[in-house]
Amino acid sequence: MSEFTPEKTLDAQGLKCPMPVVKTSKEIKGISVGGVLEVLATDPGSMADITAWTKSTGNELLKADRDEGVFKFYIRRVK
Amino acid sequence: MSEGMEKCSIVVFSGDMDKMIAAFIIATTAAAMGRETSMFFTFWGVKAIQKGNLTGESFLERMLGLMNRGGIDRIGPSRFNFGGIGRWMFKKMMKDKGVTSLAELREMAIDLGVKFLACDMSMDVMGISREDLIDEVADVVGAATYCSNALEGQALFI
Repeated sequence: MSEFTPEKTLDAQGLKCPMPVVKTSKEIKGISVGGVLEVLATDPGSMADITAWTKSTGNELLKADRDEGVFKFYIRRVK
Repeated sequence: MSEGMEKCSIVVFSGDMDKMIAAFIIATTAAAMGRETSMFFTFWGVKAIQKGNLTGESFLERMLGLMNRGGIDRIGPSRFNFGGIGRWMFKKMMKDKGVTSLAELREMAIDLGVKFLACDMSMDVMGISREDLIDEVADVVGAATYCSNALEGQALFI
């Protein structure tokens, strides 16, 4: 179980660059400000890319995990 | 768009699949980061925003339109094309690996609000009219529009 309760989960498994970031940017719009989006991805570049995306957009990356080849990101919508 | 965020302005000069994929990946990613993004399609790059019909009025324009026919699905790689075999091969290899195709990337760019600009001079030289371009093209413009956009952020030439 996660310590964050995501409002929604985006399953981006199997998608390659740039799709995990592109889909995350779309999904975050559907999350309320302060809410958390969970993103699942398998693209090895997504760890660096999702981190860069949160930095640029001002959203908060609460946690980034790797579980048997699947990356799990918890992103809080800031604005 | 976020305030204080630099614009991303890309010149798409190349008509090659590999280079265009790079251009569209950067454009969609920049737009996903909330940056105001535009792509200025010039010379061979105009192919990416053509509907795909035959173009041209004069003999030479029509010859060029036949040999360099536009349309996103006709675009081949810069190397190993071998009369279309390479295009098929790259499409297949990308699909097998779950990589987004050029046509899908263009759809995504439209969806994310990337502004498509077409070069008026290239179109004039090659005999391509506004009707030959997809409806999503925002405007037909010249170099000054690009330079003005480029002043306000990152500029790329692909």
